[in-house]
Amino acid sequence: MRKTLIATTALMGLTAVPALSETIGISIPAATHGWAGALNFHAERTVARLSEANPDLEFVLTTTSDPGQQVSDLEDMVATRGIDALVVLPFESEPLTGPIQRIADSGVWVTVVDRGLAQEGIENLYVAGDNDSFGRTAGTYFADTLDEGAKVVVMRGIASTVDNERVAGFEAALEGSGIEVLAMDHGNWNRDTAFNLMQDWLSRFPEIDAVWAADDDMAVGALAAIDQAGRTEEMFVVGGAGMKEMVQRIQDGDPTVPVNVTYPPAMISTAIEMTALGLTSGAPMSGEFIIASELITPENAESFYFEDSPY
Amino acid sequence: MSMATTAPTRRPRVNLAVVAPIVALIVLVLIGMALNPNFLSFANITNVLARSAFIGIIAIGMTFVITAGGLDLSVGSMAAFVAGLMILVMNMLTESMGGGLPVILIGIALALFTGLAAGFINGILITRAGIEAFILTLGTMGIYRSLVTWLADGGTLSLGYEMRELYRPVYYDGILGISWPIIVFAVLAILGEITMRHTAFGRHCAAIGSNEKVARYSSVAVLRVRLMTYVLLGTLVGIAVVMYVPRLGSASATTGLLWELEAIAAVIIGGTLLKGGFGRVWGTVVGVLILSLIGNLLNLTDFVSPYLNGAIQGVVIILAVVLQRNTGAAR
Repeated sequence: MRKTLIATTALMGLTAVPALSETIGISIPAATHGWAGALNFHAERTVARLSEANPDLEFVLTTTSDPGQQVSDLEDMVATRGIDALVVLPFESEPLTGPIQRIADSGVWVTVVDRGLAQEGIENLYVAGDNDSFGRTAGTYFADTLDEGAKVVVMRGIASTVDNERVAGFEAALEGSGIEVLAMDHGNWNRDTAFNLMQDWLSRFPEIDAVWAADDDMAVGALAAIDQAGRTEEMFVVGGAGMKEMVQRIQDGDPTVPVNVTYPPAMISTAIEMTALGLTSGAPMSGEFIIASELITPENAESFYFEDSPY
Repeated sequence: MSMATTAPTRRPRVNLAVVAPIVALIVLVLIGMALNPNFLSFANITNVLARSAFIGIIAIGMTFVITAGGLDLSVGSMAAFVAGLMILVMNMLTESMGGGLPVILIGIALALFTGLAAGFINGILITRAGIEAFILTLGTMGIYRSLVTWLADGGTLSLGYEMRELYRPVYYDGILGISWPIIVFAVLAILGEITMRHTAFGRHCAAIGSNEKVARYSSVAVLRVRLMTYVLLGTLVGIAVVMYVPRLGSASATTGLLWELEAIAAVIIGGTLLKGGFGRVWGTVVGVLILSLIGNLLNLTDFVSPYLNGAIQGVVIILAVVLQRNTGAAR
């Protein structure tokens, strides 16, 4: 894994002297879609592992389904559990910035995961995936594999900053390759929407060489529609985020699903582990930790397959 | 002179309330033909009809509920829950019974029964406990949505590969290239129209929706008929799920999201009154087709920014209803 660790090493307020018992609060979105489900899975797994390895560490794990509830959860954690560190994946940046800043000001170590806050410099540690690299990796594969003049369609996610950054990366990678993007529309990271969208594109375009579905849930829908139209031989589909069924198909050498791009939900494990390490060992941990997206190919697919993950 | 004054009253009036949805549908089809030559291709037409079937089947039941003065917001979540439960049980049975046709039949029976039971729970609480339909079904909507998320552990429930292949033909195959969902949708629509127009049950629904007290004095079993509308809707949700699961073989927390609103919109576009008292099933079918066609047309062109899809749908819904209401008020 290529990981970029930009340790600013400006040792922040917290001098980590191992106390009798340290409490880490973790607040993440509820499992409302596949990726968030895997996030929960990895968070629970890491908490279980760390609790066993470090009897001195205590964890408070909460899941929320809206920003308001997340603010309440954070307040409860500080008020009733007296947390020493907080690992938080903000549901939305703007509404959570103020509450998290207040917690940081009170001397609690703050690790922000994936979704950045609206103001810089609040968190001690920032762990995130790289959306630009997510799109760029897929785009580079398209540019390398497809001939000039090849025709592709692009399924976008729910209209959001995340989606915009990914598509911008993808388009930047395609620049100058002579690949034609026939159509781009929102499949909303949803299987059913993607199925309908792909059906309509198959009716509309007599020739499609590749589909960038930008997420494996959408790839599942697109593949079913392509299969129904009997045009499986004609094109390949690249999804993203490494759903285990997709990784399985790559491993089996399926020509329709040649590669995949990671956006690992296990980044929550990275964040929790680094926070715990900083808290217990005193090793410097502040800064930014950006996890690049990798290309899953038949050669390396094995290491991306998690048998018991729900995603 | 006298001829001139009497002429307008003799002219045969076109009832806009009746033809408005059909006109809207025809306009959409004409726009589609102009925009893309593939629009009328057999594949595209069957795609649109088959994808309309889920919401269409549910909307038929919704027509009865709304006609009887009720409402059900839980159908989308209910569909997701029934689909999730069906997949979970079928996967478990595959392990113990070794797959095969019996597992599919049990799965189908389970989906139909769960739908029926869920409809019964809605109906019995609305009629016997006297809870407002809007609030009660808002509650069950949240319950079913959470249950499917919980069943799926936040992820996606997928039917085992072997079962998926065996069950797949229920969505993709059919008779003479017309797939099963379309056939089932058509048959149910015809049965629904007959029930609404020519049976005591249909007339009782309209009577209750129109004036509950008068219906009661006319010895209509108000509570039982109202309960039956929810049971019917629940069962139709079960049928829709039986058609839905073989398509992608999976269910997740986002399955059936906003189906309830699409079904209600289709019913109202079709000319059924939201306050009850009058309903027509054929109108609902036209309403469902209008909604699917808008999505289909927007995908077939680059004419409108995809960000505005929802806005276009909203405008068409409002226009279709405005046309009907204006003529209604004039009379």
